[in-house]
Amino acid sequence: MAAEGYLLREDDLLPLSIGAALLGTGGGGNPYVGMLRARELIRKGAEVRIIPLDALKDDDWVAEVGGIGAPVVGVEKIEEGGECYRAMRAVEETAGVKVSAVISAEIGGSNSIEPIIAAAMAGLPIVDGDGMGRAFPEVQMTTYMIYGADVSPAAIADEKGNVVVFKNVIDMFWLERFARDVAVAMGAGAGFAVAPMRGDFVKRTAVPGTVSQALAIGRTVLDARAKRQNVVERVVEATGGKLFFTGKIVDIRRELTGGFARGHAIITGTGDWTGSQARIAIQNENLVLWVDEKPVVMVPDLIMNLEIDTGEPITTEMLRYGQRVAVIGLPAHDLLKTQRALEIVGPKAFGFPELIFEPLLVHQTAEWERP
Amino acid sequence: MIRIGIDVGGTNTDAVIMNGPEVIAGVKSATTADVMSGVVNALRDVLAASKMDASAVDFVMIGTTHFTNAVVQRRDLAQTAAVRLGLPATASLPPMVDWPEDLKQSIGNHAYLAHGGNEFDGRVISPLDEDELLGIADDIKAKGIRTIAITSVFSPVSADFEKRAAEIFAKAVPGAHITMSNEIGRIGLLERENAAIMNACLRDLSAHVIDAFRKAISEAGIKGKFFLTQNDGTLMDASFAEKFPVLTFASGPTNSMRGAAFLSGVADAIVVDIGGTTSDVGSLHKGFPRQATVAVEVGGVRTNFRMPDVFSIGLGGGSHVVETDQGLKIGPVSVGYRIKSEALVFGGQTLTTTDISVAAGNVELGDASKVSHLSKDLLERTEAKIHEMLEDCVERSRLSPDPLPVIVVGGGSILVTRPLAGLEVIKPSHFGVANAVGAAIAQVSGEVDRVYALAELGREKSLEDAKNRAIEAAVAAGASRESIEIVDVEDVPLAYLPGNATRIRVKAVGELNGR
Repeated sequence: MAAEGYLLREDDLLPLSIGAALLGTGGGGNPYVGMLRARELIRKGAEVRIIPLDALKDDDWVAEVGGIGAPVVGVEKIEEGGECYRAMRAVEETAGVKVSAVISAEIGGSNSIEPIIAAAMAGLPIVDGDGMGRAFPEVQMTTYMIYGADVSPAAIADEKGNVVVFKNVIDMFWLERFARDVAVAMGAGAGFAVAPMRGDFVKRTAVPGTVSQALAIGRTVLDARAKRQNVVERVVEATGGKLFFTGKIVDIRRELTGGFARGHAIITGTGDWTGSQARIAIQNENLVLWVDEKPVVMVPDLIMNLEIDTGEPITTEMLRYGQRVAVIGLPAHDLLKTQRALEIVGPKAFGFPELIFEPLLVHQTAEWERP
Repeated sequence: MIRIGIDVGGTNTDAVIMNGPEVIAGVKSATTADVMSGVVNALRDVLAASKMDASAVDFVMIGTTHFTNAVVQRRDLAQTAAVRLGLPATASLPPMVDWPEDLKQSIGNHAYLAHGGNEFDGRVISPLDEDELLGIADDIKAKGIRTIAITSVFSPVSADFEKRAAEIFAKAVPGAHITMSNEIGRIGLLERENAAIMNACLRDLSAHVIDAFRKAISEAGIKGKFFLTQNDGTLMDASFAEKFPVLTFASGPTNSMRGAAFLSGVADAIVVDIGGTTSDVGSLHKGFPRQATVAVEVGGVRTNFRMPDVFSIGLGGGSHVVETDQGLKIGPVSVGYRIKSEALVFGGQTLTTTDISVAAGNVELGDASKVSHLSKDLLERTEAKIHEMLEDCVERSRLSPDPLPVIVVGGGSILVTRPLAGLEVIKPSHFGVANAVGAAIAQVSGEVDRVYALAELGREKSLEDAKNRAIEAAVAAGASRESIEIVDVEDVPLAYLPGNATRIRVKAVGELNGR
């Protein structure tokens, strides 16, 4: 296994974090802090290998870890460092297995990097894939959980040394409820690990290649900037997405309820959208985009806000009055669009019962997928 | 209303005197080592040039890049202890983790992690350990450090730990300058901490500089009120500025861009401001600098100030020109205000970009015979490199292929002799003193930062109340009521407090009221 894949280098961290922020669709937390933490570890000699899904043996055990909490907390109460690692060791111990690789729950945002940190501390490789292909706010919203991963044991660890293990939890909704409550009690920022998964299960249910996808998108952004090209256009090409709106943010309304930052961004159109108005529902992530009150993109498809000139991804907590944004829509992976998946990650699951999921059509193959 | 605008750069101190919108006179004089005599000279010269009496002056507005330059050049920075309260949280990234190594070393890299800090909802991460802080204080004293920056996790929500730690350090390290992060920045630990540390390491310098300004103005016989301009182009009074020198960061670029727009009458352009030490390049949109939407770096350090999106390089009229093994090196080291004694054309020993311009016949300054020995090859390579360095900045600031004009301002404008990146170059009248003009036309702001219980008032009413308070604060600071605009509104919910508490910050800006 060690020979497959590629080693993550220090200079991969910036493109990875840019790509991950874009795939975070406004959420998942800003990867900057995670990037610095990973950089500190790599500078101190830690090695992290990215291995493809098919490098997993059927009977390998794979750990799934990530940060859990509110993004605004992530930029202020920076981790002690070993939160995810301690949660991972706790589930191993409780399950009585040894994991041989780590995979991300969500490639979008800071949880692209959290597993890298846990893997670096444990000396394990990272699997090239994740459970969302984007960011989602809740623990049951991974393809692993949707397609029947064991719900327990799971563990959550804070910076103070508290580790809470969920030994018997009857389903993923209870797990989300307990984990969220404990995370809030832990200060809305903690490390989380779910039950170790078998290699064959991961190969069947993970969204493949997303670490490489994030890297490729990030490199595209950096390349476009270096060449003074239109970053938004290049990102559309690189991802196979579509530009849905450009405009200026005229209001942001948000409130933190039940542990989530919920709200709306109102955008007045510019360029091709002059005279139109868009509204984006946000709950950590961008959930639904309406243009002139007509819903045009909705979860689980991806809604990405980019700073119009620089192509900088704008996370929901960075949204500000007056920003000029380009809104790109990108189809989610098919694993997220089955009937079973839509019950968990479709518009209804996010409190929009009036919306019936209309998938975005793929117009082209993304650059990174081409041979 | 008679206003004097002064811009104190690393090399030149510029001054303009304006009567309403009209520039009556503009002068340029050398910045002096003591800062004060340069300002005295500039005030005397500008008053003389305008034939006005000092008693006629209503206001003096000073913009200074002094503090930014100190950080960029790593000069005059105090050894600073960066104390963070938050353990065991935040241990993975110590203070200054993402700072350039040389800057970190120039203030000593004295990073201390201690217990304390709050959760997002005000709960305590760990109690303050006073013995631990006293131990840090002993270490600080033993190292002879007198400047301390204190940053506690979630101090914008609860500042108690920072205040308590400040009391402890003030007692244990008598005479120490202490900066608390909650007074400077917003949520975002590393960025707020960076700003606090930079502010702290500038405190010795700021006490000296503000005092010099104060003396210079009173020596010139001016009785009018005196202000400094801050990063958003608005004014702060002198005693406030002394405590928060970091808030002057990027005021230079803001002033020069506002001044460039005012003088050229062009509202959309790229502005290149070439001083003696640095060049700042940014884009002008409808007469205002485009604001950066993401974290802004100052001297390689990430901050979360709202600042103009400006790219700076160490290239100016006083930049050293040196042949090295790796080829020609221009800047970032500059002779700064010593140009009048150190540049070759002024009889000095240091080859500067100004010497190259004189030798190439682009400008008449000093004694051209002192640079006649410079080879044509060197002149050509230096000029090419200077334009190349500036074009790189122009391209970075140019966010569309549309052919915008480039407005070149600042004393170092003489370095530009051809179009940049194929774009038309405009040098407006008074181009040399554009930043002094920008300072003179600076506005007054009023800010409010309060926690509202939305359950009681509702969001609309709370925002309305905050806006009214900001407007009143701006009026109290000297703004004329009818000119006031709300320029910034931010509401951050503080979760899990009863009544859906939200922290609302509003900034109102208006024109300074005459008298």
